Formats: sequence, structure tokens, C-alpha cells
Amino acid sequence: MKTDKKTAVALYYYMLRIRMIEEKIAQLYAEQQMRCPVHLCIGQEAIAVGVCANLLKKDYLLSNHRSHGHYLAKGGNLKQMLAEIYGKQTGCSRGKGGSMHLVDLQAGILGTTPIVAGIIPVATGVAFGTQMKKKDNVTAVFFGDAATEEGVFFESLNFASLKKLPILFVCENNFFSVYSPLAVRQPKERNNLALAQALGIKADKGDGNNVLEVYALAKKAVAAIRKGKGPYFLEFDTYRWREHCGPNFDNDLGYRTEKDFLEWKKRCPLDSFEGKLVRGNILNSLEINEFKQDIRFEIDQAVSFAKHSPYPQSREMLSDIYAD
Amino acid sequence: MQDDRSVYIMGLGVTDPKGVFGTTVGLEKKFGSKRVLDMPVAENGMTGIAIGSALVGMRPILTHQRIDFMLLSLDQIINNAAKWHYMFGGKMKIPIVIRLLVGRGWGQGPQHSQSLQALFAHIPGLKVVMPATPYDAKGLLVSAIEDNNPVIFIEHRWLHNTLGNVPSEKYRIPLGKAKVVKEGKDLTIVSSSYTTLEAIKVAELLKKYGINIEVIDLRTIKPLDIDTIEKSIKKTGRLIVVDSAWGSFGVAAEILAQIAERAYHLLKSAPQRITFPDAPTPTGWALSNHYYPQIQDIVNSVRKMLKLNQQNQKHPGVVAGIPLDVPDATFKGPF
Repeated sequence: MKTDKKTAVALYYYMLRIRMIEEKIAQLYAEQQMRCPVHLCIGQEAIAVGVCANLLKKDYLLSNHRSHGHYLAKGGNLKQMLAEIYGKQTGCSRGKGGSMHLVDLQAGILGTTPIVAGIIPVATGVAFGTQMKKKDNVTAVFFGDAATEEGVFFESLNFASLKKLPILFVCENNFFSVYSPLAVRQPKERNNLALAQALGIKADKGDGNNVLEVYALAKKAVAAIRKGKGPYFLEFDTYRWREHCGPNFDNDLGYRTEKDFLEWKKRCPLDSFEGKLVRGNILNSLEINEFKQDIRFEIDQAVSFAKHSPYPQSREMLSDIYAD
Repeated sequence: MQDDRSVYIMGLGVTDPKGVFGTTVGLEKKFGSKRVLDMPVAENGMTGIAIGSALVGMRPILTHQRIDFMLLSLDQIINNAAKWHYMFGGKMKIPIVIRLLVGRGWGQGPQHSQSLQALFAHIPGLKVVMPATPYDAKGLLVSAIEDNNPVIFIEHRWLHNTLGNVPSEKYRIPLGKAKVVKEGKDLTIVSSSYTTLEAIKVAELLKKYGINIEVIDLRTIKPLDIDTIEKSIKKTGRLIVVDSAWGSFGVAAEILAQIAERAYHLLKSAPQRITFPDAPTPTGWALSNHYYPQIQDIVNSVRKMLKLNQQNQKHPGVVAGIPLDVPDATFKGPF
């Protein structure tokens, strides 16, 4: 698969941007001003970027608790995201949602929620709604390996196939649900591709740490969906570097080994792709440093915006319970 | 559905020949199979799908033939529908109506006749509607469909057999407003859905004995119209709440608590609840006959509160030749 230089550089840039933002959050978290859970996606950036590079602004995205990468890759507003994590009035959910409830309607991000798999039928309904309204938006939904164990995963795939809905299901398999490994949750014979295919849904699997592979598979899938061929299921293996929830590393807990972690770290989606681009003379270190400088500047501005934004008034606690 | 193309109705049996006890018969022919559709037996997933469609401008009506079936979808209702508007800072809305039918009698039993209004009323973000009359059913349903929030619309199965004047034109009955259906000065009975019919009968019966009961039909459980209830108690000083559900932690308990908090000084005697016993509904008619409070129980409660002579006629299961597990004498079962 050949990807043009411009796309390749963009894929790198957006992965780098997500990595730097997540690391900034990890760094600032200790200040105790981001007073909500954060589920960082460091190590998993390639899936968000590779998939979203195939989506248009008008396309919809819904996701789970580990959604910073998806939100940013789809074009979600960084200032509003950070302000939301800081619980500020200027946050994307006006301080009522936090890191787990991101939204940016301008970017087609209709919401992220942390109930495992709970977002999958909602996304399926978005695709159903666009179909009923005869719109041509594609809907993409991200979820983890554990979500495929929930009943609504099956229910949603069944309905999406029944109605040939324009939806892309993306499973990010990072092998753990919090600290519970796949081995205690799924029989080793289990094959999600076969499950999807048994329901009449096209399915592919790829290396979630290889952004070009993700990009290529998603491109094929989104093209098929746009042609009206119905839903598509993609599964990518990847690895979460930091703790399940929070800014630190948690390999010391013993639920996974340091050796495994280091193995996966060697397969860093960002570093490996950077090496490829440099070796291929597509990018040089000067350009990379410029990228980093630009992103750092953007992040500093966003952090400043978030920190200096006002908190919501206490009476706002009781607003937005009902819509007018 | 005629006025708004984004309204669609979905549920098991919506398009089958019986059309959810006749309530959806003919709709598919009129509005097409894209807007009137049956669905997979996947209550939770389909509720999420209805919610998702609402995010892009649809106004779904989801129908369940028994309230008990929809318990599978509590995750989507409570975690998503009820909170979406709030947790995303008011940026989106979920205009969805969930019609739930409550069974009663003819052996509906533990998993076909639960009354769960209190469960939904407990959740911020939901509205809960329980019509009592055919006229109200239409007006409240129109308001529910036009409302921009998730509305739980609970229909008592026995009310499907009642008759009443229903204008053919569209009209609305506002959500959150109770109705004084009988005026009286001696005692207030607050009721909803089927119990409103019972309360009216009690009021009519006792009027012959010179007792004037004020009957308030809640119509909407949530938001609760406590002002109308308080206003009535200012006049009567006495309160009985009849709720077709379990007593503990229920709607009747909530009304008593709110009145105790804000109008304790108006009460001439301790308020009373008339509810189901705290037990699942038994199936066999010998047991279920004694499960549901009867008109006589309400009468006895009124007499006790007014310190009148007790008339404790405990029904043996058949009153005036009609078994208590059917809505009326013409009913031959099954539901």
C-alpha cells in the first residue's frame, strides 16, 4: 500500500500531537487541578489517527472513556477538551462531563461515554438516523476488546447488518479490561472477525501500532461504507502504556509484566513511523523539531486557556437537566 | 406522525396483526414501513439505537408490550437517555418516548405486571407520564412526542378497555400538570392511571353518604405537580395516595414526604398510602385477587381517616359476580 507523502506526514503529525497532549496531561495531572479520571491513550495513537484520516468533517464519531485520541484525531477542539478536563465553564461539556464525556458538534463528535459498550448502539442509532434522513454521513464508533463481550455489541452489529447501516465499528484490542486480561474473559478460540462476518458484516484485522496499516484498512472500509455496502468491522491489536486510569505507569501491580510492556514499547506507533519517514527522506529532524515546537506552543496556549477559564457557577449544577 | 416526519415508532409487534393491543393497527399502511417498524428482540440495543437516531434529529417512539421486557434496557435509559443532555452541557437533546404497558390480572404474574413508575421517577432527566382517560392519553402522548426529553409513557393494560370522548384533532395536555377530576372539601385522594378510575368511583360512592372527596389525577408522575396537591390539602387537610405499585420507596411515599415537608401544618390527620403489598405479583387468581387493593380498601381508608364506622367487607375474589382478575364482565382472556 502506497500512501502519499502528504498523508504520511499528516498521519505522523497527528499522532505526535496526540502523544504530546497526553504526555502534557500526565505531567500536569499531579497539580491536582484536573480533578477527574483520565484514561490516556499513549501507545494507541495510530488507530485513532489512521481511522479518522479517512473520515470527513461531516462524518460522525462516538467513542468510549479512552477517547482523547479519537476526539483529537477527528478534529475536536483542544482548548475545549482541556478546559473540560479542568472542569471549566468553557469546557466542551461546560464542566459537566470531564475527560470521559467529550463532545464537539462542529467536528461531528457526538459524545464519548465510559459504560463499556454502551456507546455502540447509540452510534448504530446515529447511523440509522442518518439513513432515515437520507444523509450521506458515515458514523465511526471506537470501543475496546471488553466491549465485544457485552450483549449490545452483538445487538448493534445485528441491527446494523439488517439495515445495511453506514457505520464503521472499530475495536481497539489492548488485551486488558482494566486489569483483567483477555485470557480470563474470552475463550482463545474466539474470533471477532468471524462473529461479525457471521452477521453478514465485512471485517478486517490489523496491527494497531502500524499507522499505515490502520489507514489502509480504514480507507478500504470507509470506501465500502460510502458506497452503501453496509457496516464494516475493524479490529486492531495495540497496547496501553500508562495505567488504566491516571497519569502513571502501573506495571508494578503485577497484572502484566514489565517485559511485555517493553516489548510493546519497542513497537511504539510513533517512533517506528518516525524512523520510517526519516529513513525514507520524507521528514528530517529539523522538520520534526518544528512540528514539536508548533504543537508545544498550541498545547501551552490551550493549557493556559483551560487554567484561566472560569469555573461554572454553582447554580449551573441544576441546569440542563431537561431540554426546553 | 403526520405533522413531523422525524417521528417514527418502533417496537416488537408494532406492525403485527394485533398491533400492540390495537394501538398501532393501521399505522404502517398510513406512514410506511420505514417509520413504523418491528425490531429485533434486543431491548437494550434498540433503545440505544433509538437514542442515537435522536442525536441526529429523529423523534423515536419505542414501544414495549410489557414494562417488564424493557428492564433489559435500563442501561441505555438511565445512563444515556436521561443524562445525555446534562452530561454534554446541554448541547444535545434526546426526544424519545418509551411506551410501556403494564399488565394486570388473568395470571400476568411476577414478570408481566410490574409497575415501575417510581424507578423511572427517581432518575433526573426522565419524565414519567401515566394517563388515566382516553382523552388524556391522546393529549399527553402528543405532548410527550413533542417534548425534547426522554418520556416514559406508562399505559395500564386495563385502561385500553375504557371508552371516552377523544377529539380527532390534535390537542395537547401539558406534562407536569395534575388535574382535579373531582372537587371536594373533606379529603384528597391522589391517584394516577387506573387508580384514578377507582378513586372516582370511591368519590361517587361516598358522595351518597355526604362525604365530599377531592380526586387529583397526577397525569404526570414526574415532574410531580406537588403544588396542585398542596392546594387541595389546604382545603381538605386530609390525604390518601393510591398508587398502583409497591408502597416502599414509591410514588405514594414521595408525595407523602413532600407534603410532610412543606404542608405538615395543614394536615388534620396522618396521611395514608394505598399500594400493593411488598411482594411480587402472584400469578394464580386466588392469590392475585387479594394482591390488588380494591375500591373497598380505599373506602375503608377514607372512613378510618374521617373516623367513621368501619365497613370491612373483605372481598372473597368475586364482587357482584365479576372476578377481580379481569377489567370487566365482558373480558374473556387471555391478554
